[in-house]
Amino acid sequence: MNVWLVLLLGGIFTYLTRAFFIFLFGLWEIPSWVKEFLRFVPPAVLSALIIPELFVQSGKVFISLENVRLLAGIAAIFTALLTKNTLLTILTGIVFVFIFNTF
Amino acid sequence: MKLQTFLKGVRDETPLLLAVMPFGVIYGIMALEAGLTRFQAQSMSYIVFGGSSQFVASKLFAESTPWSIIVLTVVMVNLRHLLYSASVAPYLKELPLGWKATLSYLLTDEAYAVTINHYQKRPDDRYGHFYFLGAGLILWLTWQMSTAAGIYLGKMLPSNWPLDFFLPLTFIAILVPSLNNFPAIAVALTAGICSIFFYGFPYKLGLIAAALVGMTTGFIIDMRRRRA
Repeated sequence: MNVWLVLLLGGIFTYLTRAFFIFLFGLWEIPSWVKEFLRFVPPAVLSALIIPELFVQSGKVFISLENVRLLAGIAAIFTALLTKNTLLTILTGIVFVFIFNTF
Repeated sequence: MKLQTFLKGVRDETPLLLAVMPFGVIYGIMALEAGLTRFQAQSMSYIVFGGSSQFVASKLFAESTPWSIIVLTVVMVNLRHLLYSASVAPYLKELPLGWKATLSYLLTDEAYAVTINHYQKRPDDRYGHFYFLGAGLILWLTWQMSTAAGIYLGKMLPSNWPLDFFLPLTFIAILVPSLNNFPAIAVALTAGICSIFFYGFPYKLGLIAAALVGMTTGFIIDMRRRRA
C-alpha cells in the first residue's frame, strides 16, 4: 500500500516541479535579466550532471588511469569536439568503457 | 511543417535512446529486487517518469525506508526539473494549457537537453513545441518499453556491465558541441568543479547548488562584457 502512496505523491510533486515555471511564466511577464540568467541552465546543469559521474567513485574523487569512467568520458569528450556527432560520441564512450573494463 | 518538426524532435532524440534503454532495463530489474510488483515497477515509470529518482526510490524500498522519506528523496532528486521548467518556459508562453500540461509531463533530462538546443538555435520556430513533443514522446515510449524489458527479461543481462554510465555520455554528446562561446565554457567549468565540491550535499542538492553557481558566473561575465 505504501508503495502506491510513494508513487502517487512522488509523481504529483515531480510533475509540479516540471510544470511550475511553465505555468507561472504564462501568467507573469519574465524580466529580461531572468531570461539572461536562464540561458545558462543547459551548460550548468549538464556539466554538473556529467563531472561527478567521471571523477567521483563511491563518494571519493578518483583521478587515476584506473578510473575507467574518466578515461571513457575523456574519449567521448574528444569525439564530441572533433565530430559534433551525438551518436558517435555515445558509441565511443560505450566502446571505451567496455575495452577498459575488459583489459 | 508541424509533422516535420515533430519528426525532427524524434530523430534528434533517437541517439540518446541508446543510453536510455539500458538504464530503463536496470531500473526494471532493481525495482523487482526491491520487492515491488511488476505492476508497481512499471507504474513508477509512467507516474514519476524520472530515471534517477526511480533508482533511488528502488534502493530505499529495498532498505525498507519509511514512505515519507522516500517521497522526500524523490522530490529532492527531481528538484532540478524546476531549472528546466524555468528554462523552457519563455518558449512555451503562448501555448494553450493542454500543451503546457502535456509538455510539463514530458520534461525530462534527455528531452530537455535536445529541445533547449533546438529552441536556442531557432528561437523563432513557431512549431518548436512539436519538436519538444516528438523528443518527449519517443523518450517516454522508450522508457516504458525498456522498463518492461527489465521487468520481464532482466535476469538475462550480465550484471557487471557499467550500463548506468551510458547516460552521462549522452549529456557529454549534447553539452560539448554547445560550448562555442566563452561564457558557456566558463559556466560549464564552474558548475562542473562545484559539482565535485558539493557532491556530499544531502538529497543530491549539490547538483542544483553547482548549477546555480555556474549560472551566476555566466551572468556576471555577460554583464561585464556588455558594460565594456
